[in-house]
Amino acid sequence: MSELSAQAPRGPIGKIIDSDIFYSYRTSPVAIVASIVAVVLILAAVLAPWIAPYDPFNPRTLNLMDGFTKPMSESFSGNYFLMGADHQGRDVFSTILHGSRVSLFVGLSATLFSMTLGVGLGLVAGYRGGLADAVIMRVADVQLSFPAILIALLIFGVARGLIPPSQQENTALIVLVLAIGLANWAQFARTVRGATMVERQKDYVSAARIMGVNPFFILIRHILPNVVGPVLVIATIGLALAIIEEATLSYLGVGVPPTQPSLGTLIRIGQQFLFSGEWWILFFPGITLILLALSVNLLGDWLRDALNPRLR
Amino acid sequence: MLAFILKRLGQSILVMLAVAFISFMMFRYVGDPVASMVSQEATIADQELLRDRLGLNDPFYEQFFRFLGNAVQGQFGISYRLQTPVADLILSRLPATIELAFTSSAIALILGIVLGVFTALNPKNWASAAIMAFSLVGVSLPTFLIGIGLIYIFAVELQWLPSFGRGQVVNLGFWTTGFLTESGIRSIILPAITLSLFQMTLIMRLVRAEMLEVLRQDYIKFARARGLSKRAINFGHALKNTLVPVITITGLQLGSVIAFAIITETVFQWPGVGSLFINSVAVVDVPVMSAYLMFIAFVFVVINLIVDILYYIVDPRLRIGGPARGN
Repeated sequence: MSELSAQAPRGPIGKIIDSDIFYSYRTSPVAIVASIVAVVLILAAVLAPWIAPYDPFNPRTLNLMDGFTKPMSESFSGNYFLMGADHQGRDVFSTILHGSRVSLFVGLSATLFSMTLGVGLGLVAGYRGGLADAVIMRVADVQLSFPAILIALLIFGVARGLIPPSQQENTALIVLVLAIGLANWAQFARTVRGATMVERQKDYVSAARIMGVNPFFILIRHILPNVVGPVLVIATIGLALAIIEEATLSYLGVGVPPTQPSLGTLIRIGQQFLFSGEWWILFFPGITLILLALSVNLLGDWLRDALNPRLR
Repeated sequence: MLAFILKRLGQSILVMLAVAFISFMMFRYVGDPVASMVSQEATIADQELLRDRLGLNDPFYEQFFRFLGNAVQGQFGISYRLQTPVADLILSRLPATIELAFTSSAIALILGIVLGVFTALNPKNWASAAIMAFSLVGVSLPTFLIGIGLIYIFAVELQWLPSFGRGQVVNLGFWTTGFLTESGIRSIILPAITLSLFQMTLIMRLVRAEMLEVLRQDYIKFARARGLSKRAINFGHALKNTLVPVITITGLQLGSVIAFAIITETVFQWPGVGSLFINSVAVVDVPVMSAYLMFIAFVFVVINLIVDILYYIVDPRLRIGGPARGN
C-alpha cells in the first residue's frame, strides 16, 4: 500500500517536483541562491513605481538641498535616504529601482528578439540545407568573429544617422533593443541549426514528411519542441550578456536617453563623483548590475548542466 | 601548400569586399555628405553643383569602385567632426591602442599560463578552487566596472597609479610611445590589466583543460616511469604540447582585444582608436565609423590568415587530410 502511494502520480505540481530538473535544482545551492537573487531583483524592478520611496524623475519632488546625502541618513529637509542621494538630490535607491526596470526591459526584449530571429533562421538553415544554409551560416560565422558589443555599436550608430534628431529620444529604446538583438542572434542560429540537422534524420520527421505534413508545420510542431532545451540555456546566458551590453552602451553614453537612465547610465553619472568621495552614487548601481548579471549567468550555467544528459 | 594559401587569401578578400560594401553603404547613405560640408548660405543650386563634383550622382557601382580605390590607397574621406582626413586621425591614435593591446595580451599570456599550469598540477588545492571561482566571476563582470573598481582601489584610495591618459609620451616620428617615460609606464598598468582580465581567464581555462588532458597521455606515464624529474615532465613534455592551441587562441583574440579596447579606452580616457570611434558614434561622424569598421575587419582578416597558415605549417595532420577541414 505504502509503495503504491509513493508511486502514484500527484498532478501537475507533483510532476514538477518529481522531475529531474527540479531534483537538480533542489540539490544545487548555487542555483537556489541565484534564482532567489534574480527573482527579488526582477520583482523590485517590475514593481518599481509602487515600491520606490520617491519619484526620482519628477522635478517637483526633488530638493537640491538633499544633494549628496549619505546613505542611511536624513537630509536637512527631513527626507530619509537608504542608499543616499545623488548630486541632484535624487534618491539613489529609487533611481536604481527605475534603472533596473529599463535595463531588464531592454535586456529581455533584445533577448526575445535575437531568440526569435536566431531560432527561425537556424531552423530554416538546418532543415533546408543547401544555399539558404550556406548563406545564413556564413553571415553568422563572420558576425561571431567580431565582438557583439562592436556590432551593437555600429548598428546603433547607423540607426542614429538614419533617424531624424527630433525622433531620436522616442526611438532610442527600440533602436537599442534592435542593435543588441541583432548582435546576438548568431549563437541561437548556430545551435538550433546543429540540433535541427540531428532531428531531421530521425524517423518521426521522415514519417511526418511521408504523411505529407507541410514543412512549416514539421518545423514548428515537431522539431522546435525537441531543440528547446539548448535554446533555453543560450537565452538565459544571452539575457545576462544583453543586460551587460546595454549597461556598457549606456555607460559609453550611446545607449538609453538621459531621461530614462538605466543602470549603466547611473554608473556613468556616479563615476564623476568617485574622486570627491561620494562613493554611494556609483557603488549601489554597480552592485545591483553585478548581482543581476551574475545571478542570471549562474542560472544559465546551472541550466546547461541540468539539461546536459551526459552529466546526469 | 600554395593552393591552401591562395584559397584562404581568396576567402579573406571576399570578406573584406563584403565589409567594404557595408562601409560604403554607411558612408554614402547614412546622413547627407553634402549637407555636412556646405555652409548655411549655400543655395540648392550650389549644393547640386557640389553633389555633381563629388560624383554623388554617378551610377552606384562607379561610386562603389571609387570608394574601394580610395580605401586601398588609405583615403577614407574627411571627418565631419574634426575636419581632418580620417586616415591621419586613425594613424595618430593607432600607437596608443596597439601598445595597450600588446601589453594586455602579454599580461594575459603570462598570468594565464602560470595560473593554468598551477590549477592543473594542483587540482585539489584550495588556491586552485579560489582561482577557478574568481575566473568565473571575472568573466561575468562587465569590463567597465572592473576598470572603475581598479581606479577606485589604486588611484583614489591608494593613489599609486594615475587613473587617466597616457602620461608623457616620446615621439619617434612615425610612432609615439609611452614605454620610455616613467609616467607612461605607470599609466598603462591599470588599463592593460583591465583589458587583459577577460583574455587571461580564457587562456587560463584553456591551459588547465589542455594540461589535464595531456597529463593523462601514455608518453607522460612513460616519462614518469623513466624517472624523469617532475619539472622536466610538467614543463618539458606536458606544457610544451599545450602551447600550440594557446598561441592560436591568443592570436585570434588579438582582434577582439583591439575591439574591446573601446570600453577600456573610454574608462581610462586612453587616447586610442577605440575612443575615437565612440566619439564618432555619439555624433554620427560617418567617415570615421566606416573607416574604423574597415580597419578592424582588416586586422581580423590578416590575423586569421596568419594563424591559419601557421597552423598549416605547425600541424602536419592538416596537410594529409587536405581540404577536409571543418570549421
